[in-house]
Amino acid sequence: MSSATFRRRPAGTTVLGGAGVLLTLALWEALPASGLVSANEIPGALAVLDSLAALVGTGDFWRAVGATLAGAGLGLGIAVAIGVAVGTLMGSIGIVRNALTPTVEFLRPVPGVALIPVAMLMFGPGLTSDVVLVTFGCVWVVIVQTQYGVRAADPVALQTAESFRMSRWARIRFVQVPSSLPFIATGVRIASSIALIVAVTAELISGNTGVGDSIAFAQSAARTEDMYAYIITAGILGVLAHLAFGGIERRLLHWHQSQRTGA
Amino acid sequence: MTWLTRTRRGAALTGLIGSVLIIGAVYLFTESRSETDYVWPTFGEVWAAFQDTWLFENVGSDVVPSLKRMFIGFFIAVVGGVGVGFVLGSSRVLDALASPVVSFLRSIPAAALLPPAIVLFGIGDVTKIVVIAFVCCWPIILNTRDGVRELDSTMMSSTAIYGITGLSRFRLVVLPAVSPRIFAGMRVSLSIAILLLVTSEMVASADGIGYFVFLAQQRFAVDDMWAGVILLGLLGVALNFLLGVVERIVLRWHRSADLL
Amino acid sequence: MLEVSGVGVTYARGATTTKAIDKLDFTVSAGEFVGIVGPSGAGKTTLLKCMSGLLRPTSGAVVLHGREITQPPLEMAVVFQDYSRSLYPWFDVQRNVVLPLRHGGRKMAKDAALAATAEAIKAVGLEGFEEHHPWQLSGGMQQRVAIARALAYQPEILLMDEPFASVDAQTRAELEDLVLQVREQFGITIVLVTHDIDEAVYMSDTVVVLSRPPSTVQEILTIDLPKPRHQATTKTLPEYGKLRTRVYESIMVPDSRPASV
Repeated sequence: MSSATFRRRPAGTTVLGGAGVLLTLALWEALPASGLVSANEIPGALAVLDSLAALVGTGDFWRAVGATLAGAGLGLGIAVAIGVAVGTLMGSIGIVRNALTPTVEFLRPVPGVALIPVAMLMFGPGLTSDVVLVTFGCVWVVIVQTQYGVRAADPVALQTAESFRMSRWARIRFVQVPSSLPFIATGVRIASSIALIVAVTAELISGNTGVGDSIAFAQSAARTEDMYAYIITAGILGVLAHLAFGGIERRLLHWHQSQRTGA
Repeated sequence: MTWLTRTRRGAALTGLIGSVLIIGAVYLFTESRSETDYVWPTFGEVWAAFQDTWLFENVGSDVVPSLKRMFIGFFIAVVGGVGVGFVLGSSRVLDALASPVVSFLRSIPAAALLPPAIVLFGIGDVTKIVVIAFVCCWPIILNTRDGVRELDSTMMSSTAIYGITGLSRFRLVVLPAVSPRIFAGMRVSLSIAILLLVTSEMVASADGIGYFVFLAQQRFAVDDMWAGVILLGLLGVALNFLLGVVERIVLRWHRSADLL
Repeated sequence: MLEVSGVGVTYARGATTTKAIDKLDFTVSAGEFVGIVGPSGAGKTTLLKCMSGLLRPTSGAVVLHGREITQPPLEMAVVFQDYSRSLYPWFDVQRNVVLPLRHGGRKMAKDAALAATAEAIKAVGLEGFEEHHPWQLSGGMQQRVAIARALAYQPEILLMDEPFASVDAQTRAELEDLVLQVREQFGITIVLVTHDIDEAVYMSDTVVVLSRPPSTVQEILTIDLPKPRHQATTKTLPEYGKLRTRVYESIMVPDSRPASV
């Protein structure tokens, strides 16, 4: 009966999490062994981990990881630069906001991957087309979050600053920037996962070097263990991106009472 | 021009002017390049291709199969995601057990799962539906789980005081309380669904809008390609709008649905 | 009717334990209005949770009609401080009140439930607002809905946890009088937890003063002010002032016990 009122944190969350991982790996290992699926379709966990360990020693593996990170990272960087600039303009100048809002709202839900053929046609397969696609995919969420952020400064905080005769520059520096950073950080965190998705997808379809292409290549060469090893690599990149940008976001949010949970 | 920004109508007018200016600039750009450039067809050419293909000749052969796959996959993700989310939200132990695995699985970039799905299920509808369902369920699972976990203790106390338990408790209290979170998850999932639909049709398909666009690019049929891209864009906008409408109707009671 | 005997509550969080309530003993008789006051952190809300069956005491028991309370009993309703979180925002006023009657412990027939709902809504003066949603009402009106919901449930005992702490002073006075009035009308026993000494003295027949945590009963005072009470006249009576001072001094008594852990 007291479950809703005072609930004790189970002591070993980490232990349980580790147990969950082991359990999943055991189930995965048992899947082909049981004969439910053929080992050609889903090889066991150990075989895949073996193959991952072997791949990590090869130059191909690091070239693929490097290319994916370069595409996603450069695209994300450009998207953040453009997004913060446009978002700041839109957030602080009413007429710019009103003029651009319909365009942004219309382009935002457009799936970035639909432009993969366009980018391939314009730039050919290669890093440039990856970067352009990632930028297009990421820029909207940064614009929108920045715009919220710029307008997030509490009017009372601004009035307080004004009543102490702080200069316009000081108000921006000490009130507006700190209150907008958490929003921008949220935008960048969401954008970072979009960046990885778009980069991997673009590689998969266009055949640009990268983890996505390696997955597709391993599949067509019927090296199923390698395929899963690269998928795990992609997942690890995703987790790392999440941890890194989530960590930055939490740091910037430490003062924020209710760490807003976003997408 | 500051008077324009003072009213809603002013804002809408500014938006219209801004949009017309942007579209006009793109128009002039394409017109000026049309002679020498094969990437940028003119508005007229794209519109002609759009009419030819999408009004409504290929709707049955490409749009309908695309939407069917997406809706089935999305539907499975919603039902499964809400179910799993409730289980994880209600049990600390299960949640702790599943948490690292869930964070890993949801971090796999969606498209990476297409090749194994093709190995397992071939290049038919099943592959696309399975991958869409798999990738779309995570945001719904996580949001539902958090929603269940954050159920307000005062609200659950009153529910207990008045002896509201079991199915009534779920149907009349828990589900409505969590529904804003479920919708937040669905919104994220929907954009992933559209993204994956396009990708899966580009990678492995014999029909669908994504396939059409990809084929057009391979044939250097730029007009057709752009017509398809624009249709995908319109679909993205329309589906998001549709979900927004459903959400507003279902969550009419909700404070944040700008009722106050 | 309701006995709190030897109730103690110790919270455990990981390896550290906090003793919120040491040992409490008092009884509430039928028809009585009992106010519970104490310094902040005195475990007032924890005690109320034990009395309502939401929390099991670590030691001792709360006994209603000779039976130990282990889960929320049918004879009891609770009004919480935070009306915005105890009402269901997705239902209108009427459904909020009728829901416990139809789907909760009462299992009333539809007609009876609607009749009880109408009566309760009338008693709190919310006729005409049946189809409003809680968030369309002011704080005071939302708390009236919560009170109506409790009354419609036809409890013998109504527990109130700082019910007026989130409304403005004038609304507070109105709600205090509303509760005194419905108490006469419905003949229910009321236990009110509050941090407000004036409110406790003004409304109660008996005031239970809790000590600092880990709490014990500091003092039990009988309030023999004339009834019906009146916001202006009752509060000008010299006895009122004396009782008020007495409770104040009882709460503010310096803590002679060793520092609690």
